[in-house]
Amino acid sequence: MIDFLSLLVIYIGIYAILSMSLNLIVGYTGLLSLCHAAFLAVGAYTTAILMVNYHMSFWWSILLAGIVAGLFGLLIGLPTLRLSGDYLAIATLGFGQIVQNVIINWDSLTRGPMGIPNVPMPTLFGLTINPFVKWEFLILVGFFVALTFLVFRHLTRSRLGRALEAIREDEIAAATMGISTFKYKSVAFALGSFFAGIAGSLWAAYNQSVFPGTFDFNLSVLILCMVVLGGLGTHWGSVLGAVIIVLASELPRLVGITDIISPQFKQILFGLILVVMMIFRPSGLLTRRKPDFGRYARLSPAGTNAGGTGAGAGTVQP
Amino acid sequence: MHIPLSELIQHFINGLTLGSIYALIALGYTMVYGILKFINFAHGDILTMGTYVGLMTYTGLIGTSTNPTWILLSFVVAMLVAMLASAILGVIIERVAYRPLRKAPRLAPLISAIGVSIILMNLAALIFGTKSRNFPYPFDNSTINWGAVTITPHEILILAVSLALMIVLKLFVDFSRMGKAMRATSLDQEVASLMGINVNFIISLTFFIGSALAAVAGVLVAMSYKVYPTMGGLAGLKAFIAAVVGGIGNISGAMIGGLLLGVLETFGVVVLGIPEGYKDTIAFGMLILVLLVKPSGIMGKSTREKV
Amino acid sequence: MNLLEVQGLAKVYGGVRAVDDVDFVAEAGRISGIIGPNGAGKTTLFNVITGLDEPTRGRVLFKGRDVTGLAAHRVTRLGIARTFQNIRLFKELTVIENIMIGRHVRAGHPRLARLRTVNALHTLWSRAKVEQSIYQSARRWLEFFGLEQFAGELARNLPYGKQRSLEIARALATDPTLLFLDEPAAGMNQAETRELLGTIKRVNGLGITIVLIEHDMRLVMNVCDRITVLNYGKKLAEGTPEEIKNNPAVIEAYLGREE
Repeated sequence: MIDFLSLLVIYIGIYAILSMSLNLIVGYTGLLSLCHAAFLAVGAYTTAILMVNYHMSFWWSILLAGIVAGLFGLLIGLPTLRLSGDYLAIATLGFGQIVQNVIINWDSLTRGPMGIPNVPMPTLFGLTINPFVKWEFLILVGFFVALTFLVFRHLTRSRLGRALEAIREDEIAAATMGISTFKYKSVAFALGSFFAGIAGSLWAAYNQSVFPGTFDFNLSVLILCMVVLGGLGTHWGSVLGAVIIVLASELPRLVGITDIISPQFKQILFGLILVVMMIFRPSGLLTRRKPDFGRYARLSPAGTNAGGTGAGAGTVQP
Repeated sequence: MHIPLSELIQHFINGLTLGSIYALIALGYTMVYGILKFINFAHGDILTMGTYVGLMTYTGLIGTSTNPTWILLSFVVAMLVAMLASAILGVIIERVAYRPLRKAPRLAPLISAIGVSIILMNLAALIFGTKSRNFPYPFDNSTINWGAVTITPHEILILAVSLALMIVLKLFVDFSRMGKAMRATSLDQEVASLMGINVNFIISLTFFIGSALAAVAGVLVAMSYKVYPTMGGLAGLKAFIAAVVGGIGNISGAMIGGLLLGVLETFGVVVLGIPEGYKDTIAFGMLILVLLVKPSGIMGKSTREKV
Repeated sequence: MNLLEVQGLAKVYGGVRAVDDVDFVAEAGRISGIIGPNGAGKTTLFNVITGLDEPTRGRVLFKGRDVTGLAAHRVTRLGIARTFQNIRLFKELTVIENIMIGRHVRAGHPRLARLRTVNALHTLWSRAKVEQSIYQSARRWLEFFGLEQFAGELARNLPYGKQRSLEIARALATDPTLLFLDEPAAGMNQAETRELLGTIKRVNGLGITIVLIEHDMRLVMNVCDRITVLNYGKKLAEGTPEEIKNNPAVIEAYLGREE
């Protein structure tokens, strides 16, 4: 039972990273991306291929997984980010299908439908991190969850985060504020996909294999569910969403009634969650936190417009 | 690679047949988008449900009969029942899952539609099982040779029914009073309602018609591709792409886009030699291309947001 | 000195000439008004100048530099800011955050102004310091408009008049040399309009050139140094408020309407 619990927590951790990274794109920037599973897949396959075929260490492979996934994010973003919401969603859906399609068909690289088994376990200073031995893998995942959380929190509590939210709120007004919307949307996509790639790496290491069938549209929707449920524009919300959905997903197994509940019920439940949340609480369970600027309230010594890069004809002050 | 003319014509006919199916489904997407500026993600799954209902009706009516007239009659009835089932389902879904979100932020109805799609797909699997079912031909489907071209009655049926329905729809939208109301509503909902048009009714009507057409496509396709819970998914997605390529919101565009996609897919595989596994990529490739070059589609006019 | 020069600007949509061969000049430090019946092309003119739309023909010179057809975010960086006819605030963000977004273009290290990507990275690396300066600059505009009590309130919860002030504050936070106001008095009562008049004068007093579109004639006549009248996309008349008030063609275009 304890092993099952740690399995659960590991999954929650990986999904939390996925959920937070999608939230950056959907919740903060307001872009409906339906291909997050594709970035997960890219990261997972990168790690699998590098570790199995090139005997790379896990740590290098996770970095590369993130980078490759991030590049895919930029690749997908380039043509689609000029489009309005609905079209963007469909384009990402299409891309997700293309990625899965390519993975299945490009046998020489990915072994096609057979997948890549026997992904070795990560090692750290000679110590093997076995996914099935107590807390080791759990700590690994926990480390990356914390890393993701802190990085995202730093990013969103800054000029970058505000720019993204401005784009979500009103793209035209944001442009009028000097924000290059295309650039910032691309950044959101790249960052979101980078961390999805990291989650992919953990996924590959944990499952010790990768199979193309896993990374489908349903998975993208599942992650979206977590983001929507937890709350757009709040990182804790994404974590909460991951917790709830994974628990709901595994509840039958936990309670021991897997025979009675068919997998379709689970999916119907997720569908219902999406619809009900949208009708009754579209912004999610947790709300966006109003930032507290209290600690910036002290006057700076210069008194005037310090820290500005200057305007056209000199600095304007009221 | 030299291909004889008769073969090209053959492929063209096959392409048109496939394209007609896409066009019928695409019409539902485009009509709903034209009026609500919203992509009904669940459209394909409404198709699936209707097709299952049609199948059940058909097999139920036939029983063990071998009377060809009865079989044909049952087919027609089943088709109508399927259309009605999808139509009603479409109207209900709009009422329950989309109407409350008319004033909500853009993402909300889209996400809700995704939810509905998942619910329907799994409901179908739950009720009807995940194994694909056969939809027997209501007639003898042996191939007919016409010169160097071969065609089956099934394909003739598809082409004929699709053409007929598209003509009827075009006439309805362009010339009837309700069609005019639909066009007015798609141009400006507020003004339309101020002019006395019952906007809610028009919206329901749009879903009714669009869903019914999708059911027709589903039943027609079921005979050769069988009936299974996810049948609406991929076809629906491709049909949506066809609608976008043709110009979403534009009825003629949906028809053109659908036929074009069907022809391109067929030609892509047999003429250009694109491997079977990558066939679906043709559709997505077309989508990306259109979105890059002319997002408003072949027949579309670009709309600007008023600042 | 002409801060802004518009030469032969035209914007054609299909068959409609929304803006038809318009010449316009905004003198530095002055307040210019653009008036005309609804549909005369005033907002379209704004949109084309500020980069939200592309001109079909013509040139726009800002401080002598050709800025025709530049994208909106580039235009803002050069020192042109604007507000909108239908207020476009960032509704789910707080009042102070809205203004802080206005500081986006001016935030970071002064010496990195030209290296925008490097500057952006700097704002992440020295986050706290940059946030502090952004906050304080924003705070000063908050106080200028008397919005202190609303600082932590969501923008959408503000009363209408305050929303307008917030939008102007946000635009001013970009440190513009030229400010476009699109119907700032829309929906305001007399008292609010008087307050707006004072605000416009105060902003102008800071040295900011203002161009404003308005329908409220009392406001326009009282605050503008120069008025340009548009009708059907063409320039109908131009001159001082006195000249415009007595111009028969202008009176006719408005069908003798007086506000």
